[in-house]
Amino acid sequence: MPENTHGHPEPSYLEYQGKHKGLKAWIFSTDHKRIGLLYLYTILTFFGIGLLIGLLMKLELIAPGQTIMGPDTYNRFFTLHGVIMIFVVVIPGLPAVFGNFVMPIQIGAPDVAFPRLNLLSWWIYILGILLVLSSLLTGGGAPDTGWTFYAPYSFETGTNMLPAVLGAFTLGFSSILTGLNFIVTIHRMRAPGMSWFKMPLFPWALYGTGWIQLLATPVVGITLLMIVAERTLGIGFFDPDLGGDPILYQHLFWIYSHPAVYIMILPAMGAISEILPAFARKTIFGYRAIVISTLMIAFVGYFVWGHHMFTSGMSGTALYTFSLLTFIVAIPSAIKVFNWISTLHKASINVQTPFYWAISFIFVFMVGGLTGLILGSLATDVHVHDTAFVVGHFHYIVFGGTGFAFLGAMHYWFPKIYGRMYNARRANLGWLIFFIGFNALYSPMFYLGVAGMARRYYDYLPEFHSGNIISSIGAYVMATGLVIIVVNLILGARRGEKAEANPWGGKTLEWSVPSPPPLENFEKIPVVTREPYDYSA
Amino acid sequence: MSEHHNEHTHITPFKTHLLILGALIVLTIVTVAITWTNLGVWNTTAAMVIAGLKGTLVLFYFMHLKFDQKIYRVMVLLVLAVFAAVLILTFFDYLNR
Ligand SMILES: [Cu+2]
Repeated sequence: MPENTHGHPEPSYLEYQGKHKGLKAWIFSTDHKRIGLLYLYTILTFFGIGLLIGLLMKLELIAPGQTIMGPDTYNRFFTLHGVIMIFVVVIPGLPAVFGNFVMPIQIGAPDVAFPRLNLLSWWIYILGILLVLSSLLTGGGAPDTGWTFYAPYSFETGTNMLPAVLGAFTLGFSSILTGLNFIVTIHRMRAPGMSWFKMPLFPWALYGTGWIQLLATPVVGITLLMIVAERTLGIGFFDPDLGGDPILYQHLFWIYSHPAVYIMILPAMGAISEILPAFARKTIFGYRAIVISTLMIAFVGYFVWGHHMFTSGMSGTALYTFSLLTFIVAIPSAIKVFNWISTLHKASINVQTPFYWAISFIFVFMVGGLTGLILGSLATDVHVHDTAFVVGHFHYIVFGGTGFAFLGAMHYWFPKIYGRMYNARRANLGWLIFFIGFNALYSPMFYLGVAGMARRYYDYLPEFHSGNIISSIGAYVMATGLVIIVVNLILGARRGEKAEANPWGGKTLEWSVPSPPPLENFEKIPVVTREPYDYSA
Repeated sequence: MSEHHNEHTHITPFKTHLLILGALIVLTIVTVAITWTNLGVWNTTAAMVIAGLKGTLVLFYFMHLKFDQKIYRVMVLLVLAVFAAVLILTFFDYLNR
């Protein structure tokens, strides 16, 4: 525990000198803010790698026939792209970075409930990454099954499945520990006066997410262990040759992986619910409706996994049950969209970079959500299943949803994190290029999918050429925007103007502490008396 | 951290622990024994019911749920309800193929 130097301003968490120096002061730090940044840098590194693989795949698809890689390499590339982006980037994503950094301050706590467990979860995360990467260098090389590792192919491929599967298993533990930590923190460490319904919406989103991480992740853990047992001990779970059922694998996989989509999107929705009132400069519309819809998504999200299996040979009863439940889970998401739009109604909006990200989030999220309904209804799904349409929908939700919210949150909390400001004009330019590139990249996929272009092939028929040209060029435009954004943020963190404690006029507690915050956030734990988004005063 | 202890730290008598252990062993034997008779789908049901019973005993006595605040019981119950619903939904597929 640091000595409180009364009378002097406390040093910020960036300047604070603990018992370690240099790199060690970071990788052994139990400060939630430093751990948040450890996650940020790791996630950005692997996002860069995943993006590079994606760009190479888009280059391959710029013309029919073999352009820069053959089918085997392409299969391994989309598997790696998926595994890295899903398990290493978007699942930890917002909770691990901004949840860690901002949530304890938002609820008026000096840290999370279990700071050491928090550090451990980062270390387990690194271990999981190393295991995944070891599949590249050993045995038959990177797996080529797709990130879903579907049986029975995953037993027959000669590529290196086990390290990738064990890596995903290990990454799951990190996720469980983060979820557990946040649930306990939110239950036990809210500042005096902060009742459940005075808590900001980002912690609420993390609370819902925490329960999903805690309850759904073990399912995929067990499933991945079953694969290991089947491959090494020959116990028949999924392999028909051994008396198993391949569809059981799909059930177990999606019992986790559908709720996992909500691990990705709920915190994103939470961040948007923070950004919008701050820039609309009025209280959020329908606070309670947003809270309830968060809990509803977290709850109903457990029961819709079958919509990934409509063409797998599941029973008819299961098909329409899952289709119905899928339509029901769309309702709370729509409630949130209506509330966000209503928040903007008659507001005098302060148009800044985070706001651009937030409204473009609503746009791409709605495109992703509405195309999801086409996939959720049985008849249309049969037509577009396993086509580029699915890839378009998925990226609009996961990259559009989580990615836009992540970058929005980055630009929103950046002055709090680094105590400096980025160049706003360059940030807006980066956003514009990124937004145009993003839509050029993914919207042609809807058309291509409906026209019949299958996904996960390195090649396609000549009639799909024009759509693919637009898509591939869009990918490079988007990457250009991203480079501008990242360079601008790095420059801002290094030598941007000093930021005030509250540059946006936000009302939540993180804006009441200095930028960057001191080690234990608050000199004195605040007493909360007002609603979280009270802009009346 | 403040030194805040629960005022009522419950200590379960040794005999109760032994009794629960005995019950768990008996239930395990029943689980194995039941596989010798063919009950169709009810084999799975029986196995799940026994496993659920064992889990409840462990939760209530070994993990002290019985002596804790009510909120924890509600939480565990909700989690189990979700789990049960997931199982039932899975069987929407298997029973109707
Ligand atoms: Cu899903």
